Amino acid sequence: MNEDLAAIFQEELSELVESLERALLDLKSQPQDMGLINQVFRDLHTIKGSGAMFGYTTLAGFIHDFETAFDKVRNGTQSITPELIRLCLAARDLIPSLLEDEPDPQDQRGQILRALRAETSGAPGAQPAPSAKPEGALLSFHLKGKALALGARPDLVLEELKTLGATEIEADISALPPLADMDPDMCYMSWKMVMPAGVAEQDLDDVFVFVDADWRLHSATAPTAPTQSEIAGPPDTASEARPSAIPLPDTDTKSESGTRNSTPKKDAANSGDGMATVRVPAARLDTLMDTVGELVTVEARLADMARSSGDPALVSTAELIAQLATQLRDATIVMRMVPLRSIIGRFRRLILSLSESLGKPVDFVVVGEETELDKTMIEKLADPLVHILRNSIDHGMETAQERGKTSKPATGRIELSAIHAGGEVLIRVRDDGRGMSPERIRAKAVERGLIAPDAQLTDSQIFSLIFEPGFSTADVVTELSGRGVGMDVVRRTIETLRGTIDVDSRLGTGTTVTMRLPLTLAIIDGLMIKVGEETYTLPLSSVKEIIELPKEKAIASETDDFLDIRGKFVPFLRLRNLLDCTAPDPDSQNVVIVESGDGCVGLVVDRIIGTSQTVIKQMSKLHSRARLISGATILSDGSVALIIDVSHLVSAANPHSKLTRELAA
Amino acid sequence: MSSQKSQARLMHVLTFSLGTQKFAIAAGNLREILDPMPCTRVPGAGTIVPWVLNVRGSVVPLADLRMLLGIRKSPSGESETRRLVVLEVLVGEDLITTAIIADAVHEVTTISSAAIEPLPAASQFPAEFISGIWRGETEFYLLPDLAAIFTTLANRSNAA
Repeated sequence: MNEDLAAIFQEELSELVESLERALLDLKSQPQDMGLINQVFRDLHTIKGSGAMFGYTTLAGFIHDFETAFDKVRNGTQSITPELIRLCLAARDLIPSLLEDEPDPQDQRGQILRALRAETSGAPGAQPAPSAKPEGALLSFHLKGKALALGARPDLVLEELKTLGATEIEADISALPPLADMDPDMCYMSWKMVMPAGVAEQDLDDVFVFVDADWRLHSATAPTAPTQSEIAGPPDTASEARPSAIPLPDTDTKSESGTRNSTPKKDAANSGDGMATVRVPAARLDTLMDTVGELVTVEARLADMARSSGDPALVSTAELIAQLATQLRDATIVMRMVPLRSIIGRFRRLILSLSESLGKPVDFVVVGEETELDKTMIEKLADPLVHILRNSIDHGMETAQERGKTSKPATGRIELSAIHAGGEVLIRVRDDGRGMSPERIRAKAVERGLIAPDAQLTDSQIFSLIFEPGFSTADVVTELSGRGVGMDVVRRTIETLRGTIDVDSRLGTGTTVTMRLPLTLAIIDGLMIKVGEETYTLPLSSVKEIIELPKEKAIASETDDFLDIRGKFVPFLRLRNLLDCTAPDPDSQNVVIVESGDGCVGLVVDRIIGTSQTVIKQMSKLHSRARLISGATILSDGSVALIIDVSHLVSAANPHSKLTRELAA
Repeated sequence: MSSQKSQARLMHVLTFSLGTQKFAIAAGNLREILDPMPCTRVPGAGTIVPWVLNVRGSVVPLADLRMLLGIRKSPSGESETRRLVVLEVLVGEDLITTAIIADAVHEVTTISSAAIEPLPAASQFPAEFISGIWRGETEFYLLPDLAAIFTTLANRSNAA
């Protein structure tokens, strides 16, 4: 078989399996959701179809039987039960071995299929899921006031509604006044239509965002509403040729997904539905990014030359190029971004199985799964997150009985949240388990020789000791009611991503692990500054404001390194000292106030040069101990400027974290 | 980079000087040789790899191996013959690109591996960074162990 095609199939398969798993897990909590059921069916069908096409006959045969059993659910003769989900997940787990065409001596496959059949044939039609006949919702709207005068275009609104799946659109002209009374600025017509079940109100909100309209969605069953499967067309074409008008219901109905701030357009792109997508090898995206980086650098050089030439035609052309380069840059960055959701599926599964095997019922809540990160970052994040989550449920969470003795609800809660904060992404895993005892960690650390017995440590410093390599041996973990296995590996991984990790815990209340990661945008907006004769770059996203250094602060002092900024005390650092600058002090200096998760800090610099597009180049391994530097960039004159690691400086300005770092060193 | 006929016997090397001492490195490690150019100091990076420079759009560290290899700096200061030698070296599993300062670059030549001898035990040079000595016609050349040198430097960076 063609190797390339096989690789494409494998990749497609892993996505399908992931989507299947996600839908199955969601079905567990929303067994009535027809959209999810259809999703499972579609995934199965596509796996079967392309499996057969690529010659994986064993796989195709197995999936065919799986699909047949699940079809009963789809046509409403069987409802979803927890046992059914369990069997489906077990069947899903066999897919890799089927792909390898491994022998199946214990007839696991047969057993699961028989169990599936038994489960789905039991009590046929006893409890037809009401959702089997999906209800259409009736939407009606009319435009208010002098809408037409304001440029409202009902035709465009209708077009948009059609993309959401609106059918049977009817115009109601009953309110139309006689011609003599008609105000041409008013829109007297109203419209009625049938929307597919599961259409999110938020999507409708988005449609009406620019028009002043009164709209209502009646959930009452519309007798003429077509069923979901009718819209979706015959199953054979469901995955490929589905009309683009059908939204993927599963993305709209997740109750656990927390705040959803994405646009419907993004949803469609993510689920690969409705929009034409092209599969591109990641390496090509990397090449594109590199090339765009070069372009941005050359563009800066061109701008310099244009400015010094003074030729207006050249200047305007250079400006045009600059604009295009920025657009190209942004487009390339977005291309590389994937939502966190793409790896959430495996976490849910992990929690589910651990929760069952350990007898610790847990609600796994994900907030902000739409948060996007660079693709490479997401891939590297998966392992650390698995580790943290496993620790959370394994060590952090109490059993149901233990929880019964406290005032906590019997079901534990683990929350994974992700938000964009400035130029960073904040990912947090929070559990309401038993928490960690600082005293015991401290005692262990002393015993292990990690800290001196008389070391003065805050709780937060003590908790960060669990990231020390010496802490992660098995006997420590069993004795300790906390975490420890391989947390040093987790920290190392996060640090290679130029991120930081912190843990906070309260005994009896729970533990929170917070990771801060850069967006790894390969190109950022930078603020160029001078310290001595050297040029450095600060990420513009972290810059809050720039002020002049007050004269009385110009002389370095041991004690008074705070600035009073509108009543708030901000510590400041002299970059000259930190960067070992030997050039004589200039007459006046500026303070750049930067912010990261830990707070604000002022950085004293000699001179501000201006902003520029900054293509981040990673520092070599040989320079990994230059901790103040997070990367480098090439300036328009071809020289290299270093990028200052702001979050590192901010946490270093925080006295207690400085101590932590010394301990860690 | 060895010749096809006698793979084990012959190797291509680049010869260059640090101070007055001559060195030979496998030409396979060589990427390019550049004239001196402005480079950027990296604060906190130590004295052995204190700079970075722009090599065709890549940011490449620049190392001064003289101290590490026990070479006294040339008394005349910076000479006109100074060059920057860009190398590719395997560190762990990664091929890293780095540049080193050479006080002079001589030639690419072919030497027989039979002519390479181990470093004498009583040598003034650090044995862990020198893989051997090649006796040329008029003087001897040290063969630095680039992998060992840069692996040590990379690990040292991590530890600090």
